[in-house]
Amino acid sequence: MTINYDAYEIVIGLEVHAQLLTRTKLFCGDSAAFGGEPNTHVSPITLGLPGSLPRLNGKAVEFAIKMGLTCHCEIERNNYFARKNYFYPDLPKGYQTSQHTTPVCKGGWVRIRTTAGERDIRLNRIHLEEDAGKSIHDVIPDATAIDLNRAGVPLIEIVTEPDLRSGDEAYAYLTELRKTLRYLDICDGNMEEGSMRCDANISVRLKGETRLGTKVEVKNLNSIRNVRRAIEIESRRLIELVATGQTVQQQTRSFDAAEGTTFALRTKEEANDYRYFTDPDLPPFQVTDAFLESIKASIPPLPEQLVQKYTRELQLPEYDARVICDDRDSAAYFEQLITHTTNYKAAANWLLGPVRSGLNEKSMDWKDLPVRPESLARLIRLVEEGGLSFSIAAERIFPVLMSEPHRDALEIATALNLIQSSDTSEIAAWIEQALAGMPDKVSEYKKGKKGLIGLFVGEVKKLSKGKADPKLTNQLLLEKLEN
Amino acid sequence: MAIEQQQPLNAYIRVYSKEALAKARLLDQQRKEGKPMGKLHGVVIGLKDVIAYKDHPLTAASHILQDYVSIYNATAVDKMLAEEAILIGHLNCDEFAMGSSNENSAYGKVLNARCNSRVPGGSSGGSAVAVQAGLCMVSLGSDTGGSVRQPADFCGILGLKPTYGRVSRYGLIAYASSFDQIGIFAHTIGDVALLLEVIAGVDEFDSTVKKEKAPVWKEAPDQKYRIAYFKEALDHPGLDPEIREAILTRTEQWRQAGHTIEAIDFELLGYIVPAYYVLTTAEASSNLARFDGVRYGYRTKDKDLELTEFYKRTRSEGFGREVKRRILLGTFVLSAGYYDAYFTKAQQVRQLLVERTNLIFKNFDIIILPTAPTTAWRIGEKMDDPIAMYLADIYTVYANLTGIPGISIPLFGHTNGMPFGVQAMTSHFNEVSLLQFSHQMMQQ
Repeated sequence: MTINYDAYEIVIGLEVHAQLLTRTKLFCGDSAAFGGEPNTHVSPITLGLPGSLPRLNGKAVEFAIKMGLTCHCEIERNNYFARKNYFYPDLPKGYQTSQHTTPVCKGGWVRIRTTAGERDIRLNRIHLEEDAGKSIHDVIPDATAIDLNRAGVPLIEIVTEPDLRSGDEAYAYLTELRKTLRYLDICDGNMEEGSMRCDANISVRLKGETRLGTKVEVKNLNSIRNVRRAIEIESRRLIELVATGQTVQQQTRSFDAAEGTTFALRTKEEANDYRYFTDPDLPPFQVTDAFLESIKASIPPLPEQLVQKYTRELQLPEYDARVICDDRDSAAYFEQLITHTTNYKAAANWLLGPVRSGLNEKSMDWKDLPVRPESLARLIRLVEEGGLSFSIAAERIFPVLMSEPHRDALEIATALNLIQSSDTSEIAAWIEQALAGMPDKVSEYKKGKKGLIGLFVGEVKKLSKGKADPKLTNQLLLEKLEN
Repeated sequence: MAIEQQQPLNAYIRVYSKEALAKARLLDQQRKEGKPMGKLHGVVIGLKDVIAYKDHPLTAASHILQDYVSIYNATAVDKMLAEEAILIGHLNCDEFAMGSSNENSAYGKVLNARCNSRVPGGSSGGSAVAVQAGLCMVSLGSDTGGSVRQPADFCGILGLKPTYGRVSRYGLIAYASSFDQIGIFAHTIGDVALLLEVIAGVDEFDSTVKKEKAPVWKEAPDQKYRIAYFKEALDHPGLDPEIREAILTRTEQWRQAGHTIEAIDFELLGYIVPAYYVLTTAEASSNLARFDGVRYGYRTKDKDLELTEFYKRTRSEGFGREVKRRILLGTFVLSAGYYDAYFTKAQQVRQLLVERTNLIFKNFDIIILPTAPTTAWRIGEKMDDPIAMYLADIYTVYANLTGIPGISIPLFGHTNGMPFGVQAMTSHFNEVSLLQFSHQMMQQ
């Protein structure tokens, strides 16, 4: 039997956990930094030792609200934390402290852009919770090791409504979400290290059907690309089940990226009763008007605003503007660059061209770019003023700036003898030399083969090692040959 | 030494005698050198074995914390040490502070020093007996539903439970977090007041402590009080008639001395014990989840168990009967399907109690109640009837449900030879007034 996959609609909701970049943990002063020797970021509070108590880190609340405001959420003013009770070796207190019934941010939306155009994906909530520790199964034979450095690191959980319809949309949503988190500087969005994690709830139904199908939850998705792949693979499996009259079981499944398959971890029947109740150790906290205003004021310009600015005020093509804004650090670099040059188009060309390839070659991120914006601006000016050709600047000068960023563009050009000559007598000498080397071509030109002018220009360029100003060379050649 | 001679009372789980002597010598030396003295200079204090003292074992009188050593100090301990107290040892109690007779200890029962065949009350039985028998000057206990006031009552000494949020709970092993307070045992109001002044106050490690001025006490012998008692409480059929009589007679004397006494209706009395046991066991079921054998404490000797079985075995073997009973109860009242009928309902009762109590304190300064319906009972008498044991908490859990401070004042002697007292309560953070009242009553 052949299955008509197109007859089905895929319905996806995503739950994203983002580790907040606070200095300390959600409920104590231990470092929230990634990594570290196992069990070194642990005080009695992280360890859940008898008698220890939590206290709330206000910075984490601020970060969560920042994300909520950016995603157009309604901010809950009266908040409290609940305990989610379950046993696991990497959960030191035997419960996770989480916002269960009062997420600090409710509703909201994220705008995504795919080949099909723009669409708003509705959010259900963003809430705060603490991370668990890590169980490590492969360092001690026949035993599990526990590292509690991560236990208590603040997370926000960002939950969508079941609004996404394809792996591509999920890809676009996660890309957008990660970009926003990075612009706000509240999460580094590193899925490989697990500082951003995603679970996908997937169901399928015949197109036109309004009821939702039975969903499965897919976990262990360690890159945005894998989320897309897992959705594609799992939705095919679900469609095949439904199309052949089988029932979909409500399950939690894991994605095996190497095999390109998903497999069941547990079924709904084994679900826990988490016995949520308000954590009596943490008094309710209020979000005041003043706090909200101060958070609003601290939100930096976001990609969409910057794209508007670059296209409208700086007259950049939308494509250039979007590519620059895809990465917070490239946008930040561009922002600095344009304080040193008004040649915006040239600045954009530099970033999208030589700078980007220079970074790629060295596998560097924008934030590690060694060339100072003012230094790049001087190079742009040298080209603009005709002292250098763009290609010489890009191919010969820029790589030197990358490895020796303290040097000056002009100084490098001079040292490498690359400054274009506009000295007519010097160029005239190169012309003499060039023409003298090919008298037959000169006479052919004079007989009317005007196209040979390119050959002469090229020869002068070669003799001058690129230094002869091409415009001036052309002009002097014409004068010489026509007389 | 006295503690050794009184070993049969079983008040102490551990005595830190060498350390205490060394500390005493050091303090003597410093005093001779003319150094300024701390507020608790040389005061010998015992700690209930639920209060963390750095580099000392901490067991909660439970097998599950065998060999556990605390790596940090409770805030109250830090504060007492800063005032040059001598911490003499950790005192016996009911396991995880769950019990009213100190018969639920993995380290054996504690005997009442007045009559060795009777219980000292609980859960802070060791703390009460240590002060009663002179095995320390003052002691700390914890009071979740009467665990300081009731043993004080049974032992004939003073027992104060401060306002919830007065003393930091950091370093106090949690039983029910929204009820627990560290409390004080002493012979005199001056001692209670001094210790309270030292251990009270804001703490960056406990966000449930309120920013209130330190309770600095001085006598107010001429103050007249408006005193209320609950009619239903004194008419309760479970109340020993002799206790009822003693309290009513004494209030009549107070009236003649110029105080106002009024019997008021308190129709919520019957809901107090059920609401208390629903809410405290719910919190306890979560608070005690951390004792799982993974990181510290007792771990089952069985190897190669599957994870769930490991937890079951460790916790079944490590916890005692009463603790398991309360964990089961608490897990039940929080479970899907029963949550609203029990937990939510009990929260509503608690809210009603708070509102009613605030109203009462608009018209009265003091509420008085018996501390307990009977004097200390005989060892073993109620061990087979947990409900009867729970109902004995009827007069004390009220202060924990509402968060108000309460004190048991040792005023009376029973014809059975046992002491008993009366319980007084004031509005939140009004301990100074409570101590002044108690002092005046003890002078008569």
